[in-house]
Amino acid sequence: MKVHIHVSLKPGVLDPQGRAIHHELEALGFAGVNDVRAGKLIELDVADDTSDDDLDQMCRKLLANMVIENYRIEKLETA
Amino acid sequence: MSFRSAVITFPGSNCDRDMAEALAKVSGSAPLRVWHGDAELPEKLDFIALPGGFSYGDYLRSGAMAARSPIMKAVIAAAERGVPVLGVCNGFQVLTESGLLPGALMRNASQNFICRTVALKVENNQSLFTGGYEAGETIHIPVAHHDGNFFADEDTLDRLEGEGRVAFRYLESCNGSRRDIAGILNQAGNVLGMMPHPERAIEPEHGGTDGRTLFENAVHGLVHA
Repeated sequence: MKVHIHVSLKPGVLDPQGRAIHHELEALGFAGVNDVRAGKLIELDVADDTSDDDLDQMCRKLLANMVIENYRIEKLETA
Repeated sequence: MSFRSAVITFPGSNCDRDMAEALAKVSGSAPLRVWHGDAELPEKLDFIALPGGFSYGDYLRSGAMAARSPIMKAVIAAAERGVPVLGVCNGFQVLTESGLLPGALMRNASQNFICRTVALKVENNQSLFTGGYEAGETIHIPVAHHDGNFFADEDTLDRLEGEGRVAFRYLESCNGSRRDIAGILNQAGNVLGMMPHPERAIEPEHGGTDGRTLFENAVHGLVHA
């Protein structure tokens, strides 16, 4: 089973990387970009019977730092 | 009585030798060197140091992998028993990632790697590590980091301030840290994490000796204990 873990900074946590990307987009002439937040995408390939609880624990114990980050688990359809 | 300290080396640590030198010079006995993959610490340690560097290449988040390496279970247990633990730079990142200290160290607000000597204010001089300084004293210690921007939520920051757990504060704009926090203590006071490198301010040839006081106080405080 393919699983995507989307890790993003919590609202209110300053994102210097997002700010730099925002600045660069404006420098390239793209108008109307209101805000940029940068995160991480972690792609997992796990056993089909991996439980939701295990995926949750993977995020909480390692993949995300709960002090500053949120995560979202997206299970992909297997073709 | 000889001083028994240990310096933990992770793959990618690069200040472990400086840390060992500082401890050896101040205490008169060379620290034991411990590898990240070891499951146990040497017995009867007086002091544990987590050095600076880029453990595991800063993969995922700075300190994230090191915080979950085998030796850290033993370090956490030792810290909970009251053994003094000093984490400098990457060592501070490992301490927050392991949960021994609150908060997180994020990318510097400027996005730049910052490498210079900074002025710090000693906020708490009541700890084992900081007892040799005057309260409110200004000291100069080098920083060298990319991820030193201390973040914690407002409640946590208020608690840290209220409990006197802010050990050092930057006296100049540095990395964007909340409330200019450069170093914090755990609740019991036996764990200190700081971004500046006291082990790089030991000899006059380093450009300053303000870091020596920290090691002297820790070493002598323990020997007299």
